[in-house]
Amino acid sequence: MPEQERKKVQKKSGGGGEADAGQATASTKGEKLKEEMDDILDEIDEVLEENAEEFIKSYVQKGGE
Amino acid sequence: MAIAKVMGIETEYGISSPGNPEFNPVLASSILINSYAGALRRIRWDYEQESPLRDARGFEPVQEREPSDEDLGLANVILPNGARYYVDHAHPEYSTPECAAPRDLVIHDKAGERILEASVELAREVLPPGERINIYKNNTDGKGNSYGTHENYLVDRATPFARIVRDLMPFFVTRQVFTGAGKVGAEGPRGQDDPPAYQLSQRADFFEAEVGLETTLKRPIINTRDEPHADPEKYRRLHVIIGDANMSEVATYLKLGTTAIVLKMIEDEFLPDLSIDTPVAALHAISRDPSLKATVTMAGGRTITALDLQWEYLDHAKTYVKEHDATPTNADVLGRWESTLTALEEDPMTLAKQLDWVAKRKLLQAYIDRDGIAWDDHKLALVGLQYHDVRRDKGLYHKLVASGKMERLVTEAEVQAAVNGPPEDTRAYFRGECIRRFPEAITAASWDSIIFDTGADALQRVPMREPLRGTREHVESLFEEAPDAGRLVELLRT
Repeated sequence: MPEQERKKVQKKSGGGGEADAGQATASTKGEKLKEEMDDILDEIDEVLEENAEEFIKSYVQKGGE
Repeated sequence: MAIAKVMGIETEYGISSPGNPEFNPVLASSILINSYAGALRRIRWDYEQESPLRDARGFEPVQEREPSDEDLGLANVILPNGARYYVDHAHPEYSTPECAAPRDLVIHDKAGERILEASVELAREVLPPGERINIYKNNTDGKGNSYGTHENYLVDRATPFARIVRDLMPFFVTRQVFTGAGKVGAEGPRGQDDPPAYQLSQRADFFEAEVGLETTLKRPIINTRDEPHADPEKYRRLHVIIGDANMSEVATYLKLGTTAIVLKMIEDEFLPDLSIDTPVAALHAISRDPSLKATVTMAGGRTITALDLQWEYLDHAKTYVKEHDATPTNADVLGRWESTLTALEEDPMTLAKQLDWVAKRKLLQAYIDRDGIAWDDHKLALVGLQYHDVRRDKGLYHKLVASGKMERLVTEAEVQAAVNGPPEDTRAYFRGECIRRFPEAITAASWDSIIFDTGADALQRVPMREPLRGTREHVESLFEEAPDAGRLVELLRT
């Protein structure tokens, strides 16, 4: 059964003649994704703890469990 | 015939007080819990039935119990939702109430995060001005110190432990492809040995043995603690220490749902031998390869990827569920499992809304692309840590949720209900309702008992050795009839 699943997946990503159209869409999609991520990074920058190096150095835990 | 998989999760949270060199994590954990618990503090934990040193392989306890943290005056409370909230070593720990279904446990696990978040806020009132406590639901400080997220599953005592070990080991080594919470770099003895930029699992670096009783050193993939917190003749509680703390609801759901089905297959001796060679090395190799191409060697010499081994478990599970356990819950788990493996195979990054390790990786990659920084930049370590901050206005996982970048499986209303109330279909209902209705009459409680002081000459101990008794259906009418704890105990006797 895993074999069948793999074949299905390969077929999906193959796609032959549609390659050009596919690439165009992928690049527009890529830019949109980047914009989306840039927006969330801007939001995160506002809440990210200050002085990353010092903050990370001082985060030391005792073992647990 | 396999038994119902009653389950729970214990989470040790990371705790820090930024900018405070005098910080004492034990004291801070206690302050946090006491701030939240208020008047419930006076009910103590009943240790009568506990024996964390008993070994599932049949060994006897090797030493007397150390004085408990509670003996030392540290916070340890039972909440009206049936959970336990206490100081464990130098961490606040939250143990969910027992749940009968994976989705219910996703809700209660999330409720635990909300309780920690509320505690942080409440603790501010007792802390000196300017001091604050931060809480992280993760498993490592990035410097070689790990703290655990332990799952617990009710297992039939009749199932030979050796069979559990054989059939669970390959599953635990490979399930990290969807349960991993993601980690920048590597730690531990092999940390500097060609460290990867990023790995699937927070915990894999800390595991050094296949089977054993330890949880803090030489950690084993299969933990043998035999402390059922239930009728020991009938049940085991499988104490699973290998999991990562998940923020993602989908990852938690998959972790619980798939493991529960695999355990049922083991109880029914349904699985063939899927053993792999050198499981500990395989665990590390799989964690360190986010491309998911790493292979492990099976007992017969065949090499196989973690994904393909998961496909094998899934195929057996589909047949098993169809023949023996066709429930809507199982159908839903199988559907999720299959769509997840399919997507992981095609392109793991398509699961950025579902899995922690993928979401975190995508976020880190976005920082690398925008800021032109390298994988060892402190900023990335900070992003990796703050992903797990429980505060919804500061935690980066929560920022992703708020902007629609993480899929949720449960509603916030369900989570809030679980902050205050117990699951209705396990003994946690009885525990939680007793705490809610008669807190003044309870002197102590534990997973499998409640001790009442009803004003009679002796204290009254009510044992709860059956995890599926004491449900709403069983006891609601008793609660309705009992105006006080004395009457409740009387009714329970008849």
